[in-house]
Amino acid sequence: MFNVLKIAVRNLARFGRRTVLTSALITLGIVSVLLFVAVAGSFKAMMIGQFTDAVLGHLEVHRRGYVASIDNLPLNLNMQPAMVEKVEQALDRSGAVEAYSERVKLGAMFSNFTETTSIRVNGIDPHKEAATTPLLPGRMIEGSREGALLKPGEILIPALLARGMKVKTGDAIVLVATNREGSVNGKTFAVRGILESVSGPSGRDGYIRIEDARNLLRMAQPEVSEIAVRLKDPAQLDRVYAQLSQELAGVAAGAQSGGMAGKGGGGGLEVHTWAALSPFSNIANMIDLLTVFIKIMLVSIVLISILNVMMMAVYERIREIGTIAAIGTPPRRILSLFLTEGLLLGLGGTVLGTAISLVAIYALNVWKLTFNFGQQQGLVLSPAIGAKDVAVIAGMVVLMALLASLQPAWKASRMDPVRALGHV
Amino acid sequence: MALIRAEDLVKTYRSGEVEVPAVKGVDFAIEAKSFVAFVGPSGSGKSTLLNMIGCLDHPSGGKLTVIDTDVSTLDRRGAADFRGRHIGFVFQDFNLIPVLTAYENIEYPLIMVQDWPEKKRREQVMRLLDAVGMSAQAGKRPDQISGGQKQRVAVARALATDAQIVLADEPTANLDHDTAYRVIELMKKMRDELGTTFVFSTHDPKIMGEAEVVFTLEDGRLRAPSKKPEAVHV
Repeated sequence: MFNVLKIAVRNLARFGRRTVLTSALITLGIVSVLLFVAVAGSFKAMMIGQFTDAVLGHLEVHRRGYVASIDNLPLNLNMQPAMVEKVEQALDRSGAVEAYSERVKLGAMFSNFTETTSIRVNGIDPHKEAATTPLLPGRMIEGSREGALLKPGEILIPALLARGMKVKTGDAIVLVATNREGSVNGKTFAVRGILESVSGPSGRDGYIRIEDARNLLRMAQPEVSEIAVRLKDPAQLDRVYAQLSQELAGVAAGAQSGGMAGKGGGGGLEVHTWAALSPFSNIANMIDLLTVFIKIMLVSIVLISILNVMMMAVYERIREIGTIAAIGTPPRRILSLFLTEGLLLGLGGTVLGTAISLVAIYALNVWKLTFNFGQQQGLVLSPAIGAKDVAVIAGMVVLMALLASLQPAWKASRMDPVRALGHV
Repeated sequence: MALIRAEDLVKTYRSGEVEVPAVKGVDFAIEAKSFVAFVGPSGSGKSTLLNMIGCLDHPSGGKLTVIDTDVSTLDRRGAADFRGRHIGFVFQDFNLIPVLTAYENIEYPLIMVQDWPEKKRREQVMRLLDAVGMSAQAGKRPDQISGGQKQRVAVARALATDAQIVLADEPTANLDHDTAYRVIELMKKMRDELGTTFVFSTHDPKIMGEAEVVFTLEDGRLRAPSKKPEAVHV
């Protein structure tokens, strides 16, 4: 095998310019793909992180039908205490859950005593919310971050609203809300801080403590609109989603039979992943699709360039093939010789391309790459690529190199020595 | 017993709907360790005969036995294996592998055709380089040596696997007369030293005079063999 390798290397060196050009093409393809995967992957991971760590959590649990009408924040689809308890038990049992946070969501009128506008408000337990969406405290662009995120009677409001209503930290505002029974109630809050807006659902919501939300809505029982869940390992999302969906479907049915469904509410519970709740999942899917297309282009480049080079190599060396066949070289050896040449072409381009890509990715991390996304300015990309991705792309290129060489190599190995020797 | 025996050997090529007979029922026998020439004008069937003896081409009819093997029964792989074990080739255009040195060209069949161990390979190649007088050029590639030297390397390559038969199709056609004569002398010397049977084709009257047995082909048919050719008109 070593001798086949040696002869293959020399044959490639014999047509040096062509070998260099082909390898350069493959190198360029590899660099393009790896850089794209690294940058796009980093963009995707960052944006997913923004959604899951700042607002949504990895999973959310709701009463069935709540998400379908989430724009109305339907209070009649809140989870009753018995349901919440069952969900909490299931989450506590799961070893994959890092934290969870119960929320009461409501729509309210926001008044600064001179102007009024609408606002979506999340009633939260500050400690649980900070553990579930750890980027939330970091979104505070004004106001004290010391102590608890929210004290009773305090509100965090989104920057856009604060700007529009000319409200500052420490100002008093009034929230007016209508509860499930149609009763209207108002409550004064002090603005604790201003939150940087983030793109996506709930990115422009305000936050109050969950007890304040329940008081505002005059809830007879401690109901919950949704439970946001943070996982220890986001890679386990699909598995935990399936497991929780199964467990909670059964639990909810039991709770339902106990007559605890809200007035006009649907039965059962449902679990949603962040992807089902955020329109960014479509962008994430498009990034994945683009990556697939880029990979297909790379495969095409490798396939066509190596096929072309190897067909040329066979055509130019017909007499040589005739000679080695005539002196008794077994067809499988001729096949392996040409396959090795194609493989080396692919391997050379892959190794070089991978090395250049890794250096380029490192350089992009040294010289920071920033971009703007929606309301968020100056986000810093940290391109990174996993060993698995590199291995898959490199393996794909090497495999394509082998496949592209197969036809010319097969042709060479099946060549009739007499015709080959007589070739001019 | 003859090393090579042909009985009513026929080879017909098909060109579209037309059948072109190249060899029209020839009979001959070649003894081991002989130095044999097939002579005749271009198109007389010399190369076709050599190709059939070398298992590069299949007979269309008749019987051809080479080293006790009916070669017409061999398939592609069997023919390649047979050539690799028993037959060496010397070509008119030398056909050395351009990326390999003289040493490596001779070594090539020992690696790619037979799997000789390295030490044995080295001994064999050095011995053959010495025998053909090319030891000093062992490290040179084909484009760095003369035509005569190339053909010497080609003869050494043909003998590398201890082939019993060396087939040489017009081995001197691309050489000047003196060089051609020296190559033929080298082949004869190797026959004497190694006992290899050399069968070559030529249409050079002076070269064919060096053969011990001459088969003259005319239009695919064989004239009676001549042990000591005096004059052959081509």
